[in-house]
Amino acid sequence: MASPVSSVLLDVREVTRRFGGLTAVKHLNLQVAAGTLYGLIGPNGAGKTTVFNLLTGVYAPSEGDIWFDGRRMHGQRPWQIATHGIARTFQNIRLFADMTVLENVMTAQHLRTSQMIGDAIIGSRRHHREERETRDRARHLLAIFGLEALADEPATSLPYGSQRRLEIARALATSPKLLLLDEPAAGMNPQESVALMDTIRWIRDEFSLTILLVEHNMKVVMGICETIHVIDHGESIATGSPADIQANPRVIEAYLGVG
Amino acid sequence: MPIGRKLLTIAIVLAALAAMNQIIEYGVGDFRINPYYARIISLVGINITLAVSLNLINGLAGQFSIGHAGFMAVGGYAATYLTVYHGAAIAATVGGTPMQGVGSLVVMTASLVTGAVAAGLAGLVVGIPSLRLKGDYLAIVTLGFGEIIRVIILNIPAVGGATGFTAALPITNIFWIYAVAVLTIVIVRNITQSTFGRALGAIRSDEIAAEAMGVATTRYKVLAFVISAALAGVAGGLWGQLFANPLNPQNLNFVKSIEVIVMIVLGGIGSITGAVLGATTLTILPEALRTFDQQFPGLRMVLYALLLILLMIFRPDGIMGRRELSLAWFRRRGGGPGQPGTRVAPLATAGTATRSTRDEGDG
Repeated sequence: MASPVSSVLLDVREVTRRFGGLTAVKHLNLQVAAGTLYGLIGPNGAGKTTVFNLLTGVYAPSEGDIWFDGRRMHGQRPWQIATHGIARTFQNIRLFADMTVLENVMTAQHLRTSQMIGDAIIGSRRHHREERETRDRARHLLAIFGLEALADEPATSLPYGSQRRLEIARALATSPKLLLLDEPAAGMNPQESVALMDTIRWIRDEFSLTILLVEHNMKVVMGICETIHVIDHGESIATGSPADIQANPRVIEAYLGVG
Repeated sequence: MPIGRKLLTIAIVLAALAAMNQIIEYGVGDFRINPYYARIISLVGINITLAVSLNLINGLAGQFSIGHAGFMAVGGYAATYLTVYHGAAIAATVGGTPMQGVGSLVVMTASLVTGAVAAGLAGLVVGIPSLRLKGDYLAIVTLGFGEIIRVIILNIPAVGGATGFTAALPITNIFWIYAVAVLTIVIVRNITQSTFGRALGAIRSDEIAAEAMGVATTRYKVLAFVISAALAGVAGGLWGQLFANPLNPQNLNFVKSIEVIVMIVLGGIGSITGAVLGATTLTILPEALRTFDQQFPGLRMVLYALLLILLMIFRPDGIMGRRELSLAWFRRRGGGPGQPGTRVAPLATAGTATRSTRDEGDG
């Protein structure tokens, strides 16, 4: 069985997730076409982070199915989902705190290395070559994000904005097809947000990615997303272009309340 | 390192170990080392193996195991059992005896490999269920495991039960002890500088983020645990055959496990150099303090405890912290330049700079 529409990279079908009596996500349907910049928005408590956790395998859906790149993701562990090409950043930055900036990115290349423990233990030539390649690629990614000068600093010593960029660099190091960004603009000033928009767009083009974004900052979402999906109380209330969403009365109602 | 240089290094290390063995075990000319000191040097080597191997799981992977003495017991009894009951037959295949020359080489190798395999399997059995969980479960399970092993051994007559394994042959020597210690250090060091080592570091740092980056956390934790247990088993095999009757279930109880943990905490958890220093210090210190016991019996352990407390107050991260003694300390640090022609993302570099200056201004 394959996903019915081939250009759809991520296909969420009728997914429901309950926590005891609380239904955090109700009959969610999401179709993200390959190569798009897709925004997922909603008021506080709408279930956005739960959707992220469902997509990355932290939670399993109570009902419904998630398809990614023609594969059914049901019951897969987070590391298996990463193997299939979904990478993420976290709302509350989760860098590897006691590693350097470079090591953070090298660690994320885990899936790209042969992981031959025997080679590592005897220190074979293949192991040393692979280590060198991993290091070079990590430096390359750091250079792209302007962090190469900080490569040997402890990751948590970086300023906030740089930590956010490092998290994106680390996610890209897994060579994903789909990048999930959980509130990338959180805590950024307007200037930084504008630069972030350029960065996200640039990453999408440069790495030929599909990007799914959860964000509170409307300027960012409306500015870069091609398709926006709005959820409220775990239910979809609208899907469409930024202009459609801005004019949608249900969205306005969800955000501003009625009367 | 090219193969030729690697073999040369190994040959030099083996020659040095053989020379060290000759000097300490047999002496040179008229010089004989005090047997008491020789014993302490032996124990230092075994404790280095124990501490460095425990550091792999407790320090690197950040999983708190307190059952190292249990794995040491499994390996020690398995290795010694092989030597006692099959040693003569194994040595006979190369036309020797377990106590001398090529015969002892073959018997010792077979016995230590048996110890490693037995302890590694025990590690697998304990690790698979308990490492699936996060948190303190491993500590509880390994604590229980150590006690179970002790009680099982007490009830096996073939290995001496409560009286200890009195049939053990003292075939361990300085050469074997330090060859194993060097091998353990090399294995653990090579692991730290690999994909596997970084995956363990990621698990220690943040398991959720590690999984999101594709690290199969349970698999890696179990693998590290099994390697750590197997190395403890080899240390047990050395200890079990060090002198005539060392293997007694009471010697390999919970207290021994705690002793090894104190070694790595003292040295700096996560640091290999620290584990070596901690093992050396904590083996020599109680012996060095014996002189105080002559005037005030019991004062030795009071001083020992006091020294540990002082160290933890003034160096809470241990002697080394997370650092390692390495040649890199003497080389220039710093990131190399990015490759020329790297396409760079449009960044908020200006914004970040503004931000940090502003923060300083406000602060």
